[in-house]
Amino acid sequence: STRSKAEKNGTPVAFVMPDEATPAELGDAGAEIVVANCATCHSLEYITTQPRGMGPKFWQDSVAKMVKVYSAPIEPVDADAIAATLAKRFG
Amino acid sequence: TLFTAAAAKAAGSVTLPFGNGTRPLVRMPQKRPMILLTTRPPQLETPFSVFNEGLITPNDAFFVRYHLSGLPSEIDPATYTLKLGGHVNAPLSLSLASLKRDFPVTEIVAVNQCSGNSRGFVNPRVGGGQMGNGAMGNARWRGVALKHLLAKAGVREGARQVTFNGLDNPPIDGIPDFVKALDIDHALDGEVMVAFAMNGADLPFLNGYPLRLIVPGHYGTYWVKHLDEINVVDAAFDGYWMKTAYRVPDNACLCVEPGTKPDKTKPIGRFNVRSFVTSHADGAKLAAGRATELRGIAFSGGDPVAKVLVSTADGRNWREAKLGGALGRYAFNEWRTSIELPAGRHAIKVRAQTAGGEMQPLTASWQPAGYMRNVVETIQVEAV
Ligand code: HEC
Repeated sequence: STRSKAEKNGTPVAFVMPDEATPAELGDAGAEIVVANCATCHSLEYITTQPRGMGPKFWQDSVAKMVKVYSAPIEPVDADAIAATLAKRFG
Repeated sequence: TLFTAAAAKAAGSVTLPFGNGTRPLVRMPQKRPMILLTTRPPQLETPFSVFNEGLITPNDAFFVRYHLSGLPSEIDPATYTLKLGGHVNAPLSLSLASLKRDFPVTEIVAVNQCSGNSRGFVNPRVGGGQMGNGAMGNARWRGVALKHLLAKAGVREGARQVTFNGLDNPPIDGIPDFVKALDIDHALDGEVMVAFAMNGADLPFLNGYPLRLIVPGHYGTYWVKHLDEINVVDAAFDGYWMKTAYRVPDNACLCVEPGTKPDKTKPIGRFNVRSFVTSHADGAKLAAGRATELRGIAFSGGDPVAKVLVSTADGRNWREAKLGGALGRYAFNEWRTSIELPAGRHAIKVRAQTAGGEMQPLTASWQPAGYMRNVVETIQVEAV
């Protein structure tokens, strides 16, 4: 039979997004601005798994891409503060 | 079926062998513990030891890559519809039952590989998903060749491309929806498939249930998941994920000097040729002075793998391995060879070559987005 099990049972398949935790590297008060602005569209692991030591421009460019390309709703002053925070923490 | 016990529970961790490479192993629905890249959207890498379990990558170990975190929360197979429209005579609206009943069903074994597989090893490092070598897998796909659907709808004169969209959506407005395109000739080649089964079972939810596009020999970016909308268009499609993202340097080596930008780019296309040792991990010990079987996999973008060479002396000598090859030119191809090493440390290299003469390079080339890594792999072993 080519009919799948779910189809035979007529059962809808549901998916619930797994729980996520704030990565330890962004868990303190100093990273609040990152947590508040950068978890709207994806979990923060996308940030903490990036290579270390890429330099401040890497983080400025990353934040600028989120705003320009993906329309992240982040004010310019906040964007600068986020980039500075990430550069300080992750190099 | 309700996948609610979905909390990604940590089941230990692994350290991929590049800077900042420690990742938790997590369980997600229908998956065994996998290497976590991101939780939302789910992005999971296959632990490399899985590739030594067999040539087919099990569904519960197959890698997961999403771009946009607006995943469908529920999919009802009874009401699911695949629409095919645009520059055609008679648009289609197909139920899953009709897709499986009214068209010829075929199977193909094919590797799916993320464009950024192995990005974590790229040197100098680049931003993006930082994966080891586990963003690839080989499965037996069952479905309907796209050409049959296009024939039924009747492609009109002047068709240029076919676009593919799935149920995964941007989480907020302003992010371009994930839509991909293939040239019309490619879409009609009989190999591109709308698959409803993987290794004899429904597609796992996270691998695109209930339908995904199969584009043999081409990077995973084209293998649209939860596929529900196909459109024939009479111009080159210029959506963000074709026009801006997933571009490679448009030159002979598909590469640039590290740190520089290409003058011209084109959409990423076929896989380059790759090979891996699977029987032994980097740092493995083996018996000195005794025959040991080395085993691994090789694959390409469709030009068949013709030769796999193995060096036990860091590239100073090469021997030819024996090839399997039974699963077809888009599949993982098994290679084996027997080696005997004196006591001490040895660097083992593996290098694949296709029938057309494409060969893995001995030194890595570089792309700004870290795509298409295929340098010859090296593992260190110790004979004791
Ligand atoms: C409006 C949505 C949105 C917001 C808000 C957002 N991002 Fe992203 N981010 C994305 C999308 C979309 C991607 C690409 C996903 C993909 O291709 O897998 C991404 C990917 C990334 C990546 C991976 C590298 C890359 O460029 O693909 C990093 C790093 C990142 N984001 C950092 C951040 C930081 C830092 C912030 C906060 C300043 C942020 N993001 C806020 C949408 C967003």
